[in-house]
Amino acid sequence: MDGFHDLGGFQGFGKVPHAVNSLDYKKVFKQDWEHLAYSLMFIGVDQLKKFSVDEVRHAVERIDVRQHVGTQYYERYVIATATLLVETGVITQAELDEALGQPFKLANPAHAKGRPALTGRAPFEVGDRVRVRDEYVAGHIRLPAYVRGKQGIVRHRTRVQWPFPDAIGHGDQSAALQPTYHVEFRVKDLWGDATDDGLVVVDLFESYLDKLDSPAVQP
Amino acid sequence: MSKTDPSANPSTPGERAWALFEVLKRKELIPTGYIEQLTQLMAHDWTPENGARVVAKAWVDPAYRALLLEDATAACAQFGYTGPQGEYIVALEDTPTLKNVIVCSLCSCTNWPVLGLPPEWYKGFEFRARLVREGRTVLRELGTELPANVQVKVWDTTAESRYLVLPLRPAGTEHLSEEQLRQLVSKDVLIGVALPQLA
Repeated sequence: MDGFHDLGGFQGFGKVPHAVNSLDYKKVFKQDWEHLAYSLMFIGVDQLKKFSVDEVRHAVERIDVRQHVGTQYYERYVIATATLLVETGVITQAELDEALGQPFKLANPAHAKGRPALTGRAPFEVGDRVRVRDEYVAGHIRLPAYVRGKQGIVRHRTRVQWPFPDAIGHGDQSAALQPTYHVEFRVKDLWGDATDDGLVVVDLFESYLDKLDSPAVQP
Repeated sequence: MSKTDPSANPSTPGERAWALFEVLKRKELIPTGYIEQLTQLMAHDWTPENGARVVAKAWVDPAYRALLLEDATAACAQFGYTGPQGEYIVALEDTPTLKNVIVCSLCSCTNWPVLGLPPEWYKGFEFRARLVREGRTVLRELGTELPANVQVKVWDTTAESRYLVLPLRPAGTEHLSEEQLRQLVSKDVLIGVALPQLA
């Protein structure tokens, strides 16, 4: 889904609040509740086996935009986990509201049911020129919009395959396994000439790509 | 003001997190020690010192370097750096004309066992939005000015590959031991926004 989470290239932000090699990453959890975000998430994923991490990502994406903008990072994972635990019937909205003493705002319901992977095609090879499919998906997708329709070069195909996010992200246990490809794009092909030069490599599932007829690039 | 009117008395993120904890606890869905064990891993065991160990060894051991570049998952597993968010690791080799830097524009994916959990700024809107569009400018703002002949290559962690940057070994470090070399490799160096530097 095209949402606020898909921040690549979004303009209007100021400077990154950091100076290199400061030790501000210590300690890892700065508030006494932050460790709960991942811990409770993994209870749902690994212990209860009620949902996948992909579904958690989708639940984060479903947090209402006005709320999302104001949230802290770990807060989004608490909201997403609570949402999925309610949606899978482990807990209820009423139980959350009662424990909090006021309404516990969850993420919005899913906007779509997900989609299967494209299968039956030959895999791409390193050096192949590919184009990112020009698709608009209302459900979960692990494709940043800034490469949609763009051309790049395959630099790596993973040796491992994973469930297609657009399916498993909606709880589809039959999601096809696919490799991903490290596709290299030129910055000027993504953002025009009025920016810094350079390259961007995006890790893309096979179903997001089409091979172009033009000759492969020598490694 | 009613206590149940959220606009009058909005709950904090911490109160909401503990409320979810409480609901799960009442249902006895939290295994004994589960949160403590996972928190130990996240807060203490997964640190950038792990990645520093990998980089320093690659600087002094050509065979290990070759393995790291061919199969970083295996190279990191030699140290026991494996597990969630470290299942398919790829090392990104800097050269005199190429600077690699990692981001996750969609959220926060990072190589947990090798780099540690990502720092706040890495998960922040500014870094996620800007790095893929103006990488050189962002690096400069953070304090890393690159020569004009060095190309910036940004790696967007949008699927299951998890990266670490293998930076150039700085000049003037020939006399340093592997253990001393580790001290040059910070979390920012592993992400790629900083260069290893002699103190």
